[in-house]
Formats: sequence, structure tokens, C-alpha cells
Amino acid sequence: MTQKKSIKTPLTDEAVMSLKVGDDILITGEIYTARDAAHKRMVELLDKGEKLPFDVKGQIIYFAGPTPTKPGQVIGSVGPTTSTRMNAYSPRLIEVGLKGMIGKGEMGPEVVAKIREKKAVYFAATGGAGALIAKAIIKNELIAYEELGAEAIRKLTVKDFPAIVALDCHGGNLYKEGMAKYEKK
Amino acid sequence: MRQISTDAIIEAVKKISIDASFDLGHDVVEAMENARRVEESPVGRGILDQVLDNARIARTEMAPMCQDTGFAVLFVQLGQEVQIVGGDLYDALNEGVRRGYKDGYLRKSIVADPLSRKNTGDNTPAVIHTDIVPGDKLKITIAPKGGGSENMSEVKMLKPSDGIQGVKDFVIDRVRRSGGNPCPPIIVGVGIGGTFEKCAYLAKKSLLREVGNRNPDKFYADLELELLEKINKLGIGPQGLGGTTTALDVHVEVFPCHIASLPVAVNTQCHAARHKEVIL
Ligand code: SF4
Repeated sequence: MTQKKSIKTPLTDEAVMSLKVGDDILITGEIYTARDAAHKRMVELLDKGEKLPFDVKGQIIYFAGPTPTKPGQVIGSVGPTTSTRMNAYSPRLIEVGLKGMIGKGEMGPEVVAKIREKKAVYFAATGGAGALIAKAIIKNELIAYEELGAEAIRKLTVKDFPAIVALDCHGGNLYKEGMAKYEKK
Repeated sequence: MRQISTDAIIEAVKKISIDASFDLGHDVVEAMENARRVEESPVGRGILDQVLDNARIARTEMAPMCQDTGFAVLFVQLGQEVQIVGGDLYDALNEGVRRGYKDGYLRKSIVADPLSRKNTGDNTPAVIHTDIVPGDKLKITIAPKGGGSENMSEVKMLKPSDGIQGVKDFVIDRVRRSGGNPCPPIIVGVGIGGTFEKCAYLAKKSLLREVGNRNPDKFYADLELELLEKINKLGIGPQGLGGTTTALDVHVEVFPCHIASLPVAVNTQCHAARHKEVIL
């Protein structure tokens, strides 16, 4: 098994630069959930020159929308959603300081290029492991767009959130490299 | 005529909606355990461990295994000697889904209109497929379907001259283009023949078959195994991060078709291959 590496949010340039594709990461600190609907609103705010619901500098956005929280729980099940749907929005947020994203599946060339240019990172979390991932979340605070339900923005305090570096700022792409390595003719 | 009340139907559908969300079938778990033993990629093995852990946690804590608790797809087999009393069958099925998704704290993922996209708030309506069958029983199967894997599905109208090679190429190419998006390891449902909508239905229905069970026709059973082997050579691996476990199984279902057509459908199913049935 690969060695696990711990990182803390917010992320600095040095921390991002130390990450390489394939690294098995445990994230501790605060992360923010947002799916397509919340991304669309945030980019509209940027277009209008207005303030975002939270300062994205150095932060990580988790592409996820949980199941409703049962009484006595911190959060419901909360695995990642498909990241390609955020291709249109993520570069804008990276431009204003976002450092990391967590999702599932590969992201588009526009995001890959922005990650290199601005020193950001994309982590893969395990899709369909929502019950397991919920265990890493110790606090869950709704901070914007409550009317979007599961798609609202939440600030999650996480401890040892499991993720794998899938796109790094050095041009590494685990989707391409991993597939090439295990493809059999 | 045997009578079945809509109240009994509502209760039954509510229960299977909730049970399906946390209780993954043993066939899927076993297939993932087997895959874990032979997966060549360390990253892939780590992911399979997580997915297996997740299934265990979901079952013991009765927590949804995935936050996408899906579109409620219902397959209904209505015995022709059954009389539904107390109301409309479809209303009862939807009411069962509504209560299950509310009381089970499941996510509501359905928008009322595909373009204006306002959430219906209760995960209804369900997609309901009804067959009238002999007998006096009512069998209801729920197969909640997540958006991530459903989006990686496709229908193609091949030419008869494309033949079996055309079918293989289409299926494999569809899986290759899906990469990590449908949360591999996946189960690949393939429908061949019929009409445009029939082959899509066959592909979906094939996903109800247990993992590891083969098509009874040897020709198609061999095709399933050949496709499975080729798909697992693509290198996509768990979550698309590289590896030798891309699919747990391939299920092929066929139907007669028109002299001019060769429709093929691929319905992609993620490892959250949830389904539960009840017989009233
Ligand atoms: S594709 Fe399946 S496992 Fe992945 S997020 Fe969607 S429902 Fe869950």
C-alpha cells in the first residue's frame, strides 16, 4: 500500500507543489461543498464584480451534495459527484485563488491548464463511498444557497478525509498515466 | 380476482426504497472482493477496500451507501388475476417512493422539468415499467439509478452489416469514453435488437440480473465473457485511476429485430448496483 500523506487546509503554494499524482492524501481542516448550481451562481457573482459567499483563497471545493442529515448525525452520506460538469466554472475560481478541488472522474483540458498555471490541485475521492466519507466529517455548516437543498454551499470541517492526487500542478494526470500503465493490448 | 390494496403497495414500495439505499446485494460485494484479490494497481486496491468498507458501513448503520440515491426506477409485474383496490396503482407506487425518500432521509434528485429544472422535492415521479403476467401476484422491483453512471449510457442504431464486431466495438468504445465518470468498477448492461426504445429497456433490465449469472444462450454467454475480458484490459481501473478492474460483469440481453436494423444499447451501472424486490 502507498504511504499516506496528511495535508491541512488552507493550502499554500508549497503544499500544492509537494503533491504528486498517485499520492494517497488525508485532508484535515475546512473544505466547501458546491455542485453545478452553486458554481453557476458564484461565477455570475464574479462576472458582476461581487463578493463570493466565502473567500476561496487557498481553499478546497468538494463537488458533492449530501443526503439529508438524520437526527443526531453530523451529515448524511456524501461522496463526490462527476467533476466534468464543473469544467466551465472551476478555471474562474482558480483564477481568484481556489487551490483545490475534490471530485470524481477526469476534468477537462481548461482545468488541467489552469491547475498548472496557478499551482492548484485536483483530488479524486471515491465515488459511491458516501457512507465511508461521511465518517471524516466532524462539522457541517450551511453557509449559502439553502434554497438549493443538496446543492447548497456547506463548510465542512474534516479530519483525515481520504483522497488521491489525480491532477497535479506539474502536469501529472493519473487518469492518463494510470490507464496507460494497466492497459493490456 | 385477488385483491391488493394500494395501502399495502405504498408500504411495500416505501420499504424497498429505503432498503435498496443501504443494503447492497451479496453478488456485487462478492464480485468486488474477488476483484480486490486480483487488482494489480495499489491505488486500485485501496479504492476497492474503501468501496467494500463503505458497503459494510452502509449496511450496519442503515446509511445510504451513496449520496446519489437515484431516480427511482420501478419494474412492476402485475398478475392478470390481481385487482388493485383503494386507488390508482401508479399513484400508490409514487406515494411509496415519496414516503421512502422522505422517511429514509434519501436525497431528492428529480427536477420537474428537464429545462427549467426545479426540484420536485420528493424524488417523484418514479420511472415505472409495467408488465402484465399470468398469476395473482404483484412483484415490484426498485432499481434506484444514479446520474453519474446513467449519463454514461448510449443507444446506437448499427447497420446489420456491422454485425457482432460492430456491437463489440460500440460497447468497448462506450466504456472507454466513460473513464472514471461512472464510478468504476461498473456493470455493463447491453441490449441488442428490438427497436430503439426496446434495446435501451433490455440494457436496463439486464442490470437486474445477479453479477456472475450468464445469459442462458451459450453464444451470448461467451460474448459477455469476451466483452468483460476486453473491458478489463482497457486499464481504466477503479474510479478511472488505472487498474485491471473496470467492470465486474457484462450482461447481454437480446430481442428479435427488423430486417433493416441492429439497435444496440449500453446502460452503465456503477458499483452502487442497488435493487430490491417485493412480492405481494
Ligand atoms: S455513479 Fe453510482 S456510485 Fe457514483 S455517485 Fe452516482 S450513484 Fe453513486
